[in-house]
Amino acid sequence: MARIKIDQLSTVYPNGVRAVDSLDLEIADGEFFALLGPSGCGKTTLLRTIAGLEQASGGSVSIGDKDVTSFEPGRRNVAMVFQDYALFPHMTVSENIAYPLKVRRQPKTRQREVAERTAGSLSLGGLLERRPGQLSGGQQQRVALARAVAIDADVLLLDEPLSNLDARLRLEARTFLKRLQKDIGITTVFVTHDQAEALALADRIAVMEAGRIRQLGSPRDVFRRPSDTFVANFIGSTPMNLLDGTIENGSLSVAGATLPSPVDLPDDTKVTVGIRPEYLSLEPAGQGITGTVSTIENLGVSSLVTLECPDGSLLGLTVREQHEPAIGSTVTAVPEQGRLLLYGKEDGTVLR
Amino acid sequence: MPATDSAGLGRGRALAFVAPALVLIGIFLVFPALWSIYIGLTDYTLTGPSSVNPRIVGADNITGALSDPLFGNSLWLTLLFVFGSALIGQNILGFTLAWMLRGARRWLRRLVEGLVLLAWILPSTVVAYLWVAVLDRDGGTLNALLNTPGTAWLVQYPMISLIVFNLWRGTAFSMLLYSSALDVVPPSQLETARMVGAGRFSTLKDVVFPHIRGHVLTNTLLITLWTANDFTPFLLTAGGPDHRSETLPVFIYQQALGSGALGYASAISFLLLLVNLVIALVYLRLLRRRG
Amino acid sequence: MTSLVLRRIGYTVFFAVILAFFAIPMLWLASAPFDSKPGLGLRWPDWTFGNVTATLEHPYALTSLVNSLLLCGLAMIVTTVLAACAAYALSRVRIPGRDVLLYLLLLLSSVVTGTAAMVPIFVMMYQLGLINSQYGTALVIAGGMLPAAIFILKDFVDAVPRSYEESARVFGASPGQILLHVVLPIARPGIATIVVWSFVQAWGNFLLPFLLLRDINSQPAAVLMRTLYDEGGSANLTVIPVFSLLYSIPVVVLYLFVSKRYGFRFHGGIKS
Repeated sequence: MARIKIDQLSTVYPNGVRAVDSLDLEIADGEFFALLGPSGCGKTTLLRTIAGLEQASGGSVSIGDKDVTSFEPGRRNVAMVFQDYALFPHMTVSENIAYPLKVRRQPKTRQREVAERTAGSLSLGGLLERRPGQLSGGQQQRVALARAVAIDADVLLLDEPLSNLDARLRLEARTFLKRLQKDIGITTVFVTHDQAEALALADRIAVMEAGRIRQLGSPRDVFRRPSDTFVANFIGSTPMNLLDGTIENGSLSVAGATLPSPVDLPDDTKVTVGIRPEYLSLEPAGQGITGTVSTIENLGVSSLVTLECPDGSLLGLTVREQHEPAIGSTVTAVPEQGRLLLYGKEDGTVLR
Repeated sequence: MPATDSAGLGRGRALAFVAPALVLIGIFLVFPALWSIYIGLTDYTLTGPSSVNPRIVGADNITGALSDPLFGNSLWLTLLFVFGSALIGQNILGFTLAWMLRGARRWLRRLVEGLVLLAWILPSTVVAYLWVAVLDRDGGTLNALLNTPGTAWLVQYPMISLIVFNLWRGTAFSMLLYSSALDVVPPSQLETARMVGAGRFSTLKDVVFPHIRGHVLTNTLLITLWTANDFTPFLLTAGGPDHRSETLPVFIYQQALGSGALGYASAISFLLLLVNLVIALVYLRLLRRRG
Repeated sequence: MTSLVLRRIGYTVFFAVILAFFAIPMLWLASAPFDSKPGLGLRWPDWTFGNVTATLEHPYALTSLVNSLLLCGLAMIVTTVLAACAAYALSRVRIPGRDVLLYLLLLLSSVVTGTAAMVPIFVMMYQLGLINSQYGTALVIAGGMLPAAIFILKDFVDAVPRSYEESARVFGASPGQILLHVVLPIARPGIATIVVWSFVQAWGNFLLPFLLLRDINSQPAAVLMRTLYDEGGSANLTVIPVFSLLYSIPVVVLYLFVSKRYGFRFHGGIKS
């Protein structure tokens, strides 16, 4: 077990793309850490640079107290699960799990013993003699995990570990993965493009874009206070409302309504107003944004209501089932205390 | 993502892996191709004084070829051979077979494909002899079937015999290529054509052909290249009788080892290389545009 | 109704003609070897195995088949080993100039055919004193097959996910271990394909051995076959049919093996 320290790390591809750009990051011992971002943001490259599969062009990676920047992947004592699991098709489950030990020239009996024990603890007991092609997607994923935890690696790296599973299995595997990580207590870094996965699994999340970290924090921080409009757009299963607003007479004027401004700003400042649909509620009275109900989408236990405001902008909010307003009615959406965020018009960063 | 060194091989070791193959290719393909230019500029012969001391004669071999009626003859016969057996023959028969076999019953499909493939994979000396036997004047099966005793097909109609032979020999490639091309045509489009009552011809023209246009071009270029370079006619007729089936490859062989005119034959080889190069460049450009 | 009947008849006639066209020349290969009085025409054989004995006693028949085995075995091994190494490195490592090299290889594989290069190859081997050398001829054949072999194998290796090797690498495997434990077992179908392809190509090659092996003791079956029937009217009809059959069987068996084991994969120009 070990912490990971990344210092001014850059990874540049031969074609000149800076996939990771002077990045600093420290991941604590035993932490479950998520690298989140859209495709092409550099998250997978960062993971692969930690593994040693990509050569750093500048800066350093340390695992524990060792600077491993120039180490071959095999000497870093990391384990990795690939997106496609990379289970060797010509080996049995048992041989696959024991492969890291075979490379380390451990005796056959010990290989067998570790494979059996690891498989047992990941409920793969009856499958040891099967080949990967004969397993379901969920079983393959667990074999890949078993192979990764069969050796006592310092760090576990997971590249999109759940993306190859169908939706129902994914939830189950997510719970399993979280419990496994807590049981073993291994420092774990995983890459995902799915914000829900990152929120559910990680102790901390780094939201990445263009090779840099846009926001670093706990799932709660990232969800409640996205530090810029990029993160605001990316996090949350229903997109955050981002509306144009102006400061007038010390108050915030947005979508035809006037609300108290959460931040002291000079008059006539143009801002982007961010508020999550989950943090808006329909109240008979109160200071809120008034609009006409245009559509209602059923999300199961709640519904997404879209209001059309007087100035033409659209505002989404979620309501509990059976509290849906009538289509065409005029209602007022009131933001929850302290959940209204203002972003600068120029750079899109949150104003405090 | 750009290719990286996923196996950790390193550039040095990678070069060492590639080098032996490149050396062999360099010695036995690149060098001969380039050397043929040089030999083609000399009066090098297999025997006699010029075999020891060949002189540079410049473009004499090329100009000589242009006024050599035998070269003109072999060029014409090669065009005829390529046009008749490959461009028209294999192309059309291959497509027809692929198209007709789509709906055929399993056993029929396997039988036809098996026979057509067998004709393609058997060694050339064997198939050549099979056809020598079929076309024989005295005991040949063809004369027995057509009731034309005493017709020496390979002597009286050498080019037609060669064209039919090559159609038999080489159709498999076109058939395979077109049947995999036809898999690309979405069934829903064929069904739409049927729904609106399109005839067979308009279905082929409007629905099938647009999908396989690239394959037709690929197939045509490849079989043209192979047929133009095919040496099997030598095994059937050796160019005879009286040069009447002497296609370019046979002509080169006869000039080089029959008459011993290595310089002259080399100059003509070089012309064949140039033709091959043009066809291959067009083909690669096509591949690239599709890729 | 009548159009349906007509179509049915047309369909049947088409396939009958096609089957006859393709089958008739080949039937002789099945009947003549076992006919006590083999002729050139097709007929129901008067069964005998006498021809087989006669062929085995022929002074050059067996020798030529052994020569073929030697020549093709050598060409096959050289092609497979060198092509496998080159294809692997070219697929996995970005060597400077790789794309140009691949383009040139593709060009070479189709442009420099045996026919177009026969004169310089003959002259080269003649001046090196390698006429009648089976090893030399095997190398020439291998050189001609290499570009295409590299391409076919590179296709196979490209299709193998890099994550296999990366995974092994993260677990500490050395390049040698990766090759032995992971790459070779996974690339086996590709290698089997090249083994069969190169063997069959070399087995059927007539022109190069015909040019370079002038001594009947070193000639492979392809050339002996030609010698057997090229003697004017005196073709030896007891030996030719059986010999053709013996010479053809390995090719057919190998093709059947590959298509059964690995499914018939369509590689453009696998047999040029």
